[in-house]
Amino acid sequence: MKDTSQELQKKEAETPAGIERTRDEKYYLPAVDIIEKSDSIVVVADVPGCDEKAVDITLEKNVLTINGLVSEGRIEGMRLALNEYGVGNYQRQFTLSDEIDREGIQAKVKNGVLTVILPKSSTAKTRKIAVVSE
Amino acid sequence: MLLTNFERLFDPFLDFYEFPRRFRGRRPDFPPYNVWLSDDKAIITTELPGITPSDIDLSVVGKVVTLKGERKADELKEGESYHRRERWYGRFNKSIELPYNIESNGVKATFQKGILTIELPRAEAEKPKKIEIKTE
Repeated sequence: MKDTSQELQKKEAETPAGIERTRDEKYYLPAVDIIEKSDSIVVVADVPGCDEKAVDITLEKNVLTINGLVSEGRIEGMRLALNEYGVGNYQRQFTLSDEIDREGIQAKVKNGVLTVILPKSSTAKTRKIAVVSE
Repeated sequence: MLLTNFERLFDPFLDFYEFPRRFRGRRPDFPPYNVWLSDDKAIITTELPGITPSDIDLSVVGKVVTLKGERKADELKEGESYHRRERWYGRFNKSIELPYNIESNGVKATFQKGILTIELPRAEAEKPKKIEIKTE
């Protein structure tokens, strides 16, 4: 197993200095793997507590935003005696390069894991510049 | 906190309140747990995204709950590479002792949206009894 000291602590998402969120809820940065394949870029994010209805993905200009809303973890009539992890929403943003085919983006959620497939545009796939000697 | 047996005699819930104290200042083992308590049961929740429920091994003995499992790393094919790799993978094995004995037949575990919820009823013999006070 990897070093677990960092992984145990969920990182809170930051807001720009001086700007507050309207919702008084915690936002965490989901841990992600980003894999480059020959024809696509795949973003895999851990979003426990979210199903497909709770996850919202937007692509504005070149910024991909992942939002996941998690309902409060409070259990009625019980006392939280041990609190080793925080429960909250997820938010994370990535800047993408121009070579993504926006129409072909696919996303799915399974067992609390979000997978976003960003296909490379056909121009990007074949863009190979021949270098000629003079 | 120092307590004599005499004091203990008058507070049957002492273990109950001491429970969180045992974990103070300790770095939690993987996976992190949230433990909820009431008079008659405990609920443990833990985040295990991407794990198949059949890969989780849960056992209960007396007061101790043990959770074992593994999350396997995704295999990359040739020509694929990581830009980032932050998600954890590997084996885990974590035991936790609750403040009371568990009725092992009544344990219920559900796995939903990557969150495992384990409901552990308190052993019948140990549940606090309500004693009626009669007036004469």
